[in-house]
Amino acid sequence: MSAPAVELDSVTIKFGAFTAVRDVQIDIKDGEFFSFLGPSGCGKTTLLRAVSGFLEPTVGAIRIHGNDMGGIGPNIRPTALIFQNLALFPLMTVWENIAFGLEVRGVAKAERRRRADELLDLIALPGQGDKMVSELSGGQKQRVAIARALAVEPQVLLLDEPLSALDLKLRQHMRTELRAIQQRVGLTFIYITHDQGEALTMSDRIAVMSSGVIEQVGPGADVYDRPDTAFVASFVGENNAFRGRVQEIAGEDVRLETAHGPLVGRLNPRNPVREGDEAYLFVRPESLKPAEADESLNRIEATVRQDEFEGSFHHLILAAGEDEALRMSSPNDGGREGGREGESLAVRFEPKRAVALPLGPLATE
Amino acid sequence: MALTGWLKSFLGKNGLLVGLYILIAVAVWIVLLIVLPQLFMLDFSFRYNLPPGQVGGPQDVYTLSNYKYLVFGSPGNQAAYNWIDLSVFGQTILAAIFVTLIDLALCYPIAYYLAHVAKGATGRLLVLSLIIPYWVNEILRAFAFRIIFGASGVINNALIYIGVIDQPIDFIREDVALYTGLSYAYILLMIFPIYNAVESLDRNQVEAARDMGASWLRIHWRIVIPYAKPGIASGCTMVFMLTAGALAAPQILGGPSSLWFTQLIVQWFNTGGNWPRGSAYAIALLIACVAFVLFMMRIFKIRVGEIGR
Ligand SMILES: Nc1ncnc2c1ncn2[C@@H]1O[C@H](COP(=O)(O)OP(=O)(O)O)[C@@H](O)[C@H]1O
Ligand SMILES: [Mg+2]
Repeated sequence: MSAPAVELDSVTIKFGAFTAVRDVQIDIKDGEFFSFLGPSGCGKTTLLRAVSGFLEPTVGAIRIHGNDMGGIGPNIRPTALIFQNLALFPLMTVWENIAFGLEVRGVAKAERRRRADELLDLIALPGQGDKMVSELSGGQKQRVAIARALAVEPQVLLLDEPLSALDLKLRQHMRTELRAIQQRVGLTFIYITHDQGEALTMSDRIAVMSSGVIEQVGPGADVYDRPDTAFVASFVGENNAFRGRVQEIAGEDVRLETAHGPLVGRLNPRNPVREGDEAYLFVRPESLKPAEADESLNRIEATVRQDEFEGSFHHLILAAGEDEALRMSSPNDGGREGGREGESLAVRFEPKRAVALPLGPLATE
Repeated sequence: MALTGWLKSFLGKNGLLVGLYILIAVAVWIVLLIVLPQLFMLDFSFRYNLPPGQVGGPQDVYTLSNYKYLVFGSPGNQAAYNWIDLSVFGQTILAAIFVTLIDLALCYPIAYYLAHVAKGATGRLLVLSLIIPYWVNEILRAFAFRIIFGASGVINNALIYIGVIDQPIDFIREDVALYTGLSYAYILLMIFPIYNAVESLDRNQVEAARDMGASWLRIHWRIVIPYAKPGIASGCTMVFMLTAGALAAPQILGGPSSLWFTQLIVQWFNTGGNWPRGSAYAIALLIACVAFVLFMMRIFKIRVGEIGR
């Protein structure tokens, strides 16, 4: 096995007494689309700047393809960073922007132009090289920034929330586009975002971060379906958190005594709850279903407070005892029964769709 | 029509009292303090130097003789041109260019440092230490320079003490004191426009260039300087104009052989008692400086509007 594309070896980054990134230990594979996902201020940019060489870890090491990057400046590292605000050069044309890295390397002008045109083809902007950056739309600027970074043929491309300035439609389109570009060039991408939708749709693996600490690393489906901590469960996607005391653990099944009576879910062996402890049981909105009259397991009596109709989904907000804002999503497939605002509604969920986790801070966003 | 409309909206926006005050103040400023005196100077420069009794008399007619004098000298002159005055004129312009370049070289790094590197208290302290010395007036400063650059001044003494030289250097004769004094005189006028321009540059652009492997030299050449061009132009213009028009520093710090064109102008006004000729010389200097600045702006592709930013 060759060395990982990027190794973060117990990386800690401090600003004075403040620890922005704490003991991060991750190997990123060659050609992987790897995302760091976390709320703003959790240290994502700081970590990315350490990989690109704009700051050095206080403790630990960063290796790229096995080479220790300690003391190697951003101008020498085999990485290219795409900034949150893109940082295109406004006084240069599009092609000069793209070819800037080649200019730096002393490539002759004709060759630079040729490479820039190739990259313009790659990002589907053929023939736009002589425009000024200001003449481009947001999505086009985005792609130029990617081309400019690719031009220097980095081993790792680093992206700092590059889509955050775009509007929703374009953002969704650019997700597909980015992923496609990544697969075409086969490069390692490290992508940071606070948008779980972006992370889930594009990434091979996601690291969920909170307050400078990595909470969980894994493929999107794993992070979404089998969260390791209360923070991950509540930050990645919507989740209902039922609080209760663990009554019994039988194999994988966990029974909690809650305000709604006993509720049964699954243990997470990576972070197991213990009998007698207080714990959360997390149930996704899409795992809540209307309960038949004879179904009593994991049954919750609730009232519909609100129906946020989104087109393809009804997002119901339910009140049930002390849980005043349970969320339930059901597809708008014509088979919808009950659940008008103000009506009472009994809901239930499958034990295998619920995860029991020890108490911990929840995401506040 | 457009003017009355503008007036209405201007007065409406600022209120009658404040609006009128601003209008009148600006009008007085422009007409009384800028346009009128220059017009009188211009008018003067095209007249003969007549005794008071003949002013307004039949002999008081327009003439180009004052400008001719600058170029060709007195009619009885042997040489074809007035080489003495013309060379002072040329040297003054060259020296002003030289001083401007020195200031640019000194101030660009300082301005960049202030705008992008120095943070908080350090930055404020630096700005203060740049500004406070200007509380000392120009004459005092010039004489102070004379003292430290003098034959037994601090600099000569120090150089002799550490053994670099054994005879004092005549900094005054070599015009070192003059150029130092002139360069220092208008340094703030170079720093602040550049600082202003550089400050609004997005740091990420500098980092992006660095990330793509650019050396610091290239980052400045390709990113920072093009961005700061209007500020640089504005600073250079001011320093150049003021240096070419400086009087105190050349008079106090200039060596025996150096003569500034402004000194010639003053001579015509004062000792020569020839105001029309003095005016003509002053106008010639003004026009040459403006023409030079416009020419340079053309070469560097800077529009006049950009300088005001
Ligand atoms: N240069 C710095 N000096 C001091 N604190 C910093 C610096 N850069 C970032 N921080 C702090 O580190 C934390 C993480 O910041 P950042 O990495 O930008 O977060 P994110 O990109 O996840 O939003 C924040 O609390 C921020 O205030
Ligand atoms: Mg950030």
